[in-house]
Amino acid sequence: MSTTAPGAGRWDGISFEERMATVDFRVGARAHITVDTDVCRSCTTKACVTACPADLFAPTADGGILFNYEECFECGTCYMVCNSEGALTWTYPDGGHGVVFHHG
Amino acid sequence: MSGTTTNGTTGPEPLEFDAVVVGAGPAGASAALALARAGRRVVLVERGPFPGAKNVYGGVVYGRVLDDIVPGWWDEVPVERWIVRRSTMMMTGTQSLSVDFRTDAWGSAPYNGMTTLRCHFDAWLAGKATDAGARLLTSTVATGLVRDGDGRVVGVRTDRDGAELHAPVVIACDGVNSFLAKEAGLLARAEASHHTLGVKEVLDLPPGAINERFAVQDHEGVDVEILGCTREIPGGGFLYTNADSVSIGVVVSLPELAASGVRPEALIADLKAHPSIAPLLRGASLREYAAHLIPEGGYDTMPALAADGLLIAGDAGAMTLAAGLWLEGVNFAIGSGYAAGRATDRALSRGDCSAAGLASYRADLEAQFVLADHKRLRKAPSLVLSERVQQHYPGLLCDLAEGMFTVTNPTPKPGGLKLTRTVAARHGVKLRQLAGDTLRGLRIFG
Repeated sequence: MSTTAPGAGRWDGISFEERMATVDFRVGARAHITVDTDVCRSCTTKACVTACPADLFAPTADGGILFNYEECFECGTCYMVCNSEGALTWTYPDGGHGVVFHHG
Repeated sequence: MSGTTTNGTTGPEPLEFDAVVVGAGPAGASAALALARAGRRVVLVERGPFPGAKNVYGGVVYGRVLDDIVPGWWDEVPVERWIVRRSTMMMTGTQSLSVDFRTDAWGSAPYNGMTTLRCHFDAWLAGKATDAGARLLTSTVATGLVRDGDGRVVGVRTDRDGAELHAPVVIACDGVNSFLAKEAGLLARAEASHHTLGVKEVLDLPPGAINERFAVQDHEGVDVEILGCTREIPGGGFLYTNADSVSIGVVVSLPELAASGVRPEALIADLKAHPSIAPLLRGASLREYAAHLIPEGGYDTMPALAADGLLIAGDAGAMTLAAGLWLEGVNFAIGSGYAAGRATDRALSRGDCSAAGLASYRADLEAQFVLADHKRLRKAPSLVLSERVQQHYPGLLCDLAEGMFTVTNPTPKPGGLKLTRTVAARHGVKLRQLAGDTLRGLRIFG
């Protein structure tokens, strides 16, 4: 058992990238999440940034939000914690695409 | 359907069924199974490439609900291990106190609970539905409801060339985010306070190591529920043994996680590093990381379960029982899905698929465990997630045990009441509050 090593997204001896590499994502061409970063600039909490278990949201220097949809668990955390109406739209990826759990 | 030739203007002709079931998880598969057995033409729509592809749970499936639906299910179900040990653990950073129960009774037919992986279990149950005659359509998203001129639900649109599936009844088993229930106005668009986030790691561990470390035989498994492992965030942890892996994770309040600034994977790392857990996992490597939302609001937050031409079942209907001592969901999904299928069959026979015509669904659920358990335990989620239970009692109980069992010679042993008073005060809890919460717990669980 390695010891917990906080910082730089490294926990328990594996990087976040290594963690996400264990998951099967069949990435679709269409982004199933869209973010209106103009709305995000007025957001003070940016709850999506810390709560998203896939760490898909990153704050930008100008107060907006950068995101990617490719390695998404499709859990719904981001739109549930988002407190700005209209900032985030979320649908399921197209049929057959997105995350495929083999040990869920 | 993918092979259907479209004319380019109106899209393919809608396909007609007696019922459309959306989502091939345990609720949807059970609904489709009930309808197919009744001789109904039923289509089961699944957005993943196979049933279970989108699903994550702890998890343990409690099989009693299957006794009537699939007699002798235990001889064929894709089981990892049969749960024979159930442990409830309270911990602080340096202590743990467990109530550990083991019984032979759960290790042989008809069994009690089992660990299984959802891509295996859900596919098995969906296979029962297709064997009975249901048509399974994978890699297909139901993108919205189709309504007639009177607003009644009469089908779904799909993302397969925009094809529509029409039927007098749609059963939405599309999970915790149920966009169909939301579109129908049955479920709020986003209510974070009714949800928890579960994050889970499945770790490779050889079967022999599991048997030795968890004190079980081949095919026997352990279920450990943990309180006090989620820092200041209300929630809990779990550790389950699979055949050659273990599942470990935490379930935390969604709004409080968002407010905390703590990363979810950091909470799992805390738990894995705990002195009572780390030795169990030594050398285990990450096989898969996963996350899923859980509808944990309980009975009082459940949506209406029927509209004209529409029923909802499983997580879409918030039917996960997260009552601290009991953590169940798949059995509620199966029970509600099968009941939804049977209510739909009755409504079709009578020719009334309105909300009133489908009302026997709710009555059936109230009469059996699905809603009876939820109703009885309706106050449990708020007690389990309350500040004292979450933040004070794990440490209080661990300190109480440490005080009881630490030998203090030559100082005489403290009396139980004095020790309790001292320890409670140390944790900022008044005896009156402790007694009140005990009574409250007895009223809820008793």
